[in-house]
Amino acid sequence: MFKRFVEWMDARIPMTKTWNIHLAQYPAPKNFNMWYVFGFLATIVLVNQILTGIWLTMNYVPSADGAFASVEYIMRDVEYGWLLRYMHSTGASAFFVVVYLHMFRGMMYGSYQKPRELIWLFGMFIFLVLMAEAFMGYLLPWGQMSYWGAQVIISLFGAIPVIGDDLTLWIRGDYVISGATLNRFFALHVIALPLVLVILVFLHIVALHEVGSNNPDGVDTKKPKGSVPDEEKPKFKFHERFTNKKDVVDSIPFYPYYILKDLFGFSIFLFFFCYVIFFNPEMGGFFLEPPNFEPANPLKTPEHIAPVWYFTPFYAILRAVPDKLFGVILMFAAIVFLALLPWLDRGRVRSIRYRSLLHKLNLTVFAISFVVLGYLGTQPATPVATVFAQIFTFLYFAFFGLLWFYSKREKTKPVPERVTSK
Amino acid sequence: MSNAPVDKGRRRFLTVATSVVGGAGAVAVAVPFIASWNPSARAKNAGAPVEVNIRKAEPGQLIRVKWRGKPVWVVRRTPEMLEGLSKVEDRLRDPKSEQPQQPEYAQNQHRSIKEEFFVAVGICTHLGCSPSYLENGMGDHVDGVDSGFFCPCHGSKFDIAGRVFESVPAPLNLAVPPHYFIDDNTILVGEDKGQA
Amino acid sequence: MKKLLIALVTLVPSLVFAADPAVPLDKAEVDLHDKASLQRGAQLYMNYCLGCHQLEYHRYNRTFEDIGIPQELGEKHLQFTGDKAGDLITNNMNSDSAANWFGTAVPDLTNVARVRGADWIYTYLRSFYKDESRPFGVNNAVFPNVGMPHVLEELQGLPEKTYEERMIDGEMKEVYVGLKSDGSGRLSESEYDQAMLDLTAFLVYTGEPMLLEQRRTGWFVFGFLLVFTVLAWLLKKEFWKDLK
Repeated sequence: MFKRFVEWMDARIPMTKTWNIHLAQYPAPKNFNMWYVFGFLATIVLVNQILTGIWLTMNYVPSADGAFASVEYIMRDVEYGWLLRYMHSTGASAFFVVVYLHMFRGMMYGSYQKPRELIWLFGMFIFLVLMAEAFMGYLLPWGQMSYWGAQVIISLFGAIPVIGDDLTLWIRGDYVISGATLNRFFALHVIALPLVLVILVFLHIVALHEVGSNNPDGVDTKKPKGSVPDEEKPKFKFHERFTNKKDVVDSIPFYPYYILKDLFGFSIFLFFFCYVIFFNPEMGGFFLEPPNFEPANPLKTPEHIAPVWYFTPFYAILRAVPDKLFGVILMFAAIVFLALLPWLDRGRVRSIRYRSLLHKLNLTVFAISFVVLGYLGTQPATPVATVFAQIFTFLYFAFFGLLWFYSKREKTKPVPERVTSK
Repeated sequence: MSNAPVDKGRRRFLTVATSVVGGAGAVAVAVPFIASWNPSARAKNAGAPVEVNIRKAEPGQLIRVKWRGKPVWVVRRTPEMLEGLSKVEDRLRDPKSEQPQQPEYAQNQHRSIKEEFFVAVGICTHLGCSPSYLENGMGDHVDGVDSGFFCPCHGSKFDIAGRVFESVPAPLNLAVPPHYFIDDNTILVGEDKGQA
Repeated sequence: MKKLLIALVTLVPSLVFAADPAVPLDKAEVDLHDKASLQRGAQLYMNYCLGCHQLEYHRYNRTFEDIGIPQELGEKHLQFTGDKAGDLITNNMNSDSAANWFGTAVPDLTNVARVRGADWIYTYLRSFYKDESRPFGVNNAVFPNVGMPHVLEELQGLPEKTYEERMIDGEMKEVYVGLKSDGSGRLSESEYDQAMLDLTAFLVYTGEPMLLEQRRTGWFVFGFLLVFTVLAWLLKKEFWKDLK
């Protein structure tokens, strides 16, 4: 019965074929470590955001008069509305947690290097759209932080010479943040950007499945055709699409092996995720900021405005610069430099395991700078904090400069022919 | 890579167990999504029982109130109207109110608790229009009947106890909502007596 | 470089950049399981606060149900505005005239515990003191120049800032030792503290009415996850045996 159904389908749509190419006969290097779970988790969180998001729109009222009350309505009057809302608000932060870790994985193992530049670029676009999505979503509850956070971020565009003021006016659609701004952000947040996001994720995966995954050793697992003796080939059947032109080594089918591993990783992730949802949805004011439980008031700014934690590294860079325009430029440059990584890194060795001590240090300092900047971005800008923000901004950018400089003639360790798992 | 024999039984057991537990989890996750479609506290409040004050109702008068967003009529019927009830019965679809269109306590000729006060949901059982109350003008539509309800949408006709006439589109008598008399002057629409 | 050194030196003692609140806050030991406390808090709120401060996002019947007050009793003793049982907890104060009376719009308090925290509310309610320079003759140590009268004066009496003569470094100095009530209120100091704790608890409840259910659900979810994680782990291990 089932077999006949599959045959019927396969005659009309490439169902089994797709399943085989992308899962059951898709070769994934066998030496993935736990850093490789975050891509899967990001996908799951995306699904969570889309589902809970759709359900929230069922009761949310996108107007300056109704937005705040409708969120409270969801939290109190709608059955399990609080759960749907917390799943969405926690999911937003979780998205950035897994995406930042996913990106760091790529940096550690050189996953952005040739031939995976496009995967990295698609990833960077996903990151950009995700930031826009999160920013616009944060305005929707129409609390004090929603309002003033949006006010500050939109004002950044005012730094652009000549057109700045007109541009901010155009973005807001009013002289202040108002219902007009809320409505357009709502439309972008619930329809336009998710659509773009899903398309980009699709392209990210298409590009990945074309060249295949990197691995913690940064070693190619697709060797030239005919260069590998049969007894060294894996015992699994891979789709001919992968074995036609190359000899695949050290690989296992994605399904069931990595699906099951990811499933286990997912359930570990759920412990953290559910802890936040059920026991600490505000996460000490980092996920949901206390002033946001007060309705937006255009006449009164909260004493201390900080963006949500996932923006704070970039916010700290912005504040570190005493000049408004240059600060904005530097903030965007922080992201652009990341996107240019495939070309800034002129080395041939991918994995940090076989790269120079200098590179290891450089990447460590970069990671520390990112975290410290993130912390500083949550704090009021005291003179001391500003000096620190300047130091770590410098270190953040120094990473790219140094990398470009030393990667050309980097002293690397010998890279093994084959991956080195147990 | 060795080719150690696979313990098929253990593998199958773990697969089934994980699938069942995971499936249960998926069902549990679906609960909030499904439950959130139930009427919210606001909807329930808006749909709460309504008190109708009938102290000032004059004979023949119809009072309209809103209950769960629908019009509910309270008609204070005159003795003449009540007398007319038995005269039309041969022309009705369901003169004995056998269809469950009313609570038990209103399953009688006058379809109400007290003969005088008729309480009904003012929605035609055909396609949901609200019929007009014709205190005296029903004769235009049904010969020899003075008062009743006439639906302007498709011409369905009901007698003064909301019973539907034959050969009209509406299939059922008008619905009588749960209600009871709190005291002589007040009716509570939306709840049976003794129900919390 | 010099700037950097100064920065490093000054950083050590001030690892936390956030400014300290002007007044140290007292810890409010709120227990949401203590229904009696929540009920007393609700009673205080409806009698003393609701006249000005609405709880406009929360409903009467939900409140009564959650804190264990029978609906009829609640409607009779705690609902003064003639609203229906399922209505939101509002008052009929016109917000424009409120702005005239108090110099500012009167805030809704449904979420005040989420905005300010329980400790802040608890301390604030116990920090009014006599200050003739203010329009209502009182000021507040936690919220200086607050535009609100001491509504609970009949319970607490009117506290004043009190000072004591103390020997410091060989000199007698006046030292501020806190607020002391003039004793004209109906409640003793400890009774008043308890009453304010009840009121705080009630506001914590209105801020997160789902909190107990949320925690309970959370434990169930953890229980489930534990089982699922073990199974997922075993299943993964079982299949990965193929690769050994």
